[in-house]
Amino acid sequence: MKRRTFLLAGLGAGGAVLFGWSVMPPRQRLRTSALLPADGGRVVLNGWVAVDPDDQVTLFLPKSEMGQGIHTALAMVLADELECALAQVQIVHPTIDAIYHNLVVGHDALPFAPDDSGRVQRVATWYTDKLLREIGVMVTGGSTSVRDTWAPLRDAGAMARETLRAAAATTWGAGADACVVRDGAVHCAGRTLRFGEIVQQGTPLAPARQWHWKAPHEFRLIGQSPPRLDAAAKADGRATFGIDVRRPGMLVAAVAMAPTIGGSLRSHNDAPARAITGVRDVVLLRGVNGSAPGIAVIATSWPVARNALDALSLQWEAGPHAELSSAVLLDELRTHATRSGGRVFRREGDAVDRIAAAQTSEGATRTLTADYDVPYLAHTTMEPPNCTVHVHDTGAEVWVGTQVPQQARSAVARVLGIADARVTVHVPYLGGGFGRRLEVDFIGQAAEVARAVSGTPVQVIWSREDDVRHDFYRPACAARLSAALDVTGAVTAFSATVASQEIVRPYGARANALPARFDVRKATVEGLFDQPYMFGSVRVAHRLVSSPVPVGYWRAVGHSHNGFFMECFIDELAALAQVDPIAFRARLLASHPRALAVLQLAAAASGWEQPPAAAADGARIARGVALHRSFGSIVAQVAEVSLSPSRTIRVHRVVCAVDCGLAIHPEGVAQQMESAVVFGLSAALFGEITIEAGRVVQGNFDRYPALRMADTPEVMTHLVPSNAPPEGVGEIGVPPIAPAVANALFALTGMRLRRLPLRLPPLSGAPRTGT
Amino acid sequence: MITVQVNGEMVSVDVPPETPLLWVIREQLALTGTKFGCGVALCGACTVHLDGVPIRSCTTSISAASRGAITTIEGVRTASADPVDPVVAAVLHAWERHGVPQCGYCQPGMVMAVVALLRARGAPTDAEIDTALAGHLCRCGSYQRLRAAVHAAAAPLAEG
Ligand code: FES
Ligand code: FES
Repeated sequence: MKRRTFLLAGLGAGGAVLFGWSVMPPRQRLRTSALLPADGGRVVLNGWVAVDPDDQVTLFLPKSEMGQGIHTALAMVLADELECALAQVQIVHPTIDAIYHNLVVGHDALPFAPDDSGRVQRVATWYTDKLLREIGVMVTGGSTSVRDTWAPLRDAGAMARETLRAAAATTWGAGADACVVRDGAVHCAGRTLRFGEIVQQGTPLAPARQWHWKAPHEFRLIGQSPPRLDAAAKADGRATFGIDVRRPGMLVAAVAMAPTIGGSLRSHNDAPARAITGVRDVVLLRGVNGSAPGIAVIATSWPVARNALDALSLQWEAGPHAELSSAVLLDELRTHATRSGGRVFRREGDAVDRIAAAQTSEGATRTLTADYDVPYLAHTTMEPPNCTVHVHDTGAEVWVGTQVPQQARSAVARVLGIADARVTVHVPYLGGGFGRRLEVDFIGQAAEVARAVSGTPVQVIWSREDDVRHDFYRPACAARLSAALDVTGAVTAFSATVASQEIVRPYGARANALPARFDVRKATVEGLFDQPYMFGSVRVAHRLVSSPVPVGYWRAVGHSHNGFFMECFIDELAALAQVDPIAFRARLLASHPRALAVLQLAAAASGWEQPPAAAADGARIARGVALHRSFGSIVAQVAEVSLSPSRTIRVHRVVCAVDCGLAIHPEGVAQQMESAVVFGLSAALFGEITIEAGRVVQGNFDRYPALRMADTPEVMTHLVPSNAPPEGVGEIGVPPIAPAVANALFALTGMRLRRLPLRLPPLSGAPRTGT
Repeated sequence: MITVQVNGEMVSVDVPPETPLLWVIREQLALTGTKFGCGVALCGACTVHLDGVPIRSCTTSISAASRGAITTIEGVRTASADPVDPVVAAVLHAWERHGVPQCGYCQPGMVMAVVALLRARGAPTDAEIDTALAGHLCRCGSYQRLRAAVHAAAAPLAEG
């Protein structure tokens, strides 16, 4: 069937039902300027919703499904307001348009703590909104999807509902008030018109000018936990990921990239490779969008292409960083963290002076200083990076699992030297994202490859080793935290200096993203300056350390390490004050009832007051707690930990308490907690990327392991009931898990582990028991 | 030409004999449910059945695979429809009801392992589940729901 498109500005292709866009109210995010598909009598009701004659409701959703369940959650929001069944909703990734620009991701980049609501913040937020609408990005990331689209989707659903209600009322000559919209149909005095029948009538629909959101007690879907829309197709293998895309005549390519950071290809001999049956071309890679330079083999089969790489006699130039060592870099970071100065992100009172004074005073005040650090980490999404590009006469078509379709489009367009508008991007399911698919390195690279065989689609697939060695790593990071306690155990001063590379600016440059106008280093101090604790005085600073190691966004970003630093340190302060870790935190949260409620829920649900039972093998179990605020939500976790006879760290159970505002799909929130605990534990127990002689040492899951079935704790999630607007969910469970486990290890052994991954020192004598 | 039996059909492919079965399935046969995750038998995403036994297709050569009958996730899916295979139907139902998949990329491999497990052991213990899935990675952390789904799928089978 020939595809038609429907221009929302009011000009329809012949035969399509014209919707009166000229009278649309100026709700900015309901109206696109782009073309939306309008086949077979489909009526597009606004930029998010269309109805087909067969009753199917299409949701144009600019959010990538990478496991977080966002398609289901947002389809529920729409279906609830529209009053149709969830099963009626199909999701289509829309063309790129300003109405789909992510506004929340911009708010989160602003250097304000969540409790700030001063004039400067309000003005900056307004300015960011405006800026992002004009030149912003379509991005799935930063746990923003529900926050970003919740309101426009409710508007879109409610507007469509009222439009359909009025149309049915007109048909019957009835008053709209007498008509009830329910189950995908309008009902009035015993008569019924299904949505499909309404659009079949062919009469122009008058767009609703007024609508209202349903009250929470009227929700039919929101707050329920129906099966995920994608569950069945993902269980039985029907779901299509980027790597599953098949195009007529498609070739595949394997790549070899400079093994040393900053290196390049010195020489190669492509004649033997070209002689291999199935090899079609050998392509030099310049290295675009942050990808390393190298070479690609295009062939009819991936194993053929990959084997042919070995026949190229590749000689590499090590480049300027042949001596680079992550161990040396970490030492440098540790030294920086002990120094004064740096960019200050929060200053209240004279924390540094107070700590210094307390250190030298004879009084009853106590001080504590502790140094922490964490290594580089890779993402290792289960689906390795891959991208399919078809360069043709008039432009290019791209199929890629990406969190940033707009950046993907411009990456391909720039390589090909054509206008963005001539590139079409299709987004299938993503086999994991975790921030890796915010990058467009492998996408620009695929365009470099496909350009060589213009007219033929090519799928570039990375090996797992390519993925682990050519990632944009979670930055290694070191921090020094200091505090002073008065006689009562109150924290009179808190100071933290964190040292790391910056993420945002280099990302913006390599991904052709919006040039950041705000303090781009917030991503490295978040989690330290924005927590709900009350201290007498505070200073949080960042010291920038540069390094050629490529770094990027990794699930929970700065929170992923700062949560560890902060929550272990708070636990240290509790021990110093000789106060129970929950009671100590409760006092610091006295003026923050929302956080306090989360803490208390975690304590109650974990049975904190009762000692845990022993493990099945009789080993003692101890508990640790951590609380962290990120992406608008607050999570507290209690981890139960023991040691095996060979002193392996075992995590038995993790109780999560969560306030994420209104939970659209509560089971989905629980699923994300389980996901975050496994992801965070993989990092806390094993995760470490090391660099020696300028090369990443690890390459596959043998040396970069992840948590497996037998090591996975039982995760129990408890939600704080809330009708507040929904907040982020996909990353919020990551920050607290490492400190909760480390704090449990302290309770178990008396030892403070201030470095990730958690490694107990070799046993000398019997392990000490808790304090 | 090498002839192999995949999902009950004999197919001939023109590839070098050492070609991993995974790529024959995905490229020549265009059966994309079987996934590439690591290429070296560390993740389980590529799991298929060889004569009913789960194997890693990424490290099994096509010549080795040609000595038996291969079943992929597509073959198992067909078995859930007509005639209904009770084990497959129970597993797929439990997967949906317990919300196991997240990104879903590891899931066909997981399902292949679990179908073989339940055919061998009606009601596996937690330890047996751990063993059967020891070679499988899920970066999304679906393990807890997966375990619950295995038990749920096993329950009616054990009764029947
Ligand atoms: S791809 Fe075969 S085990 Fe990972
Ligand atoms: S569901 Fe994503 S890797 Fe398992």
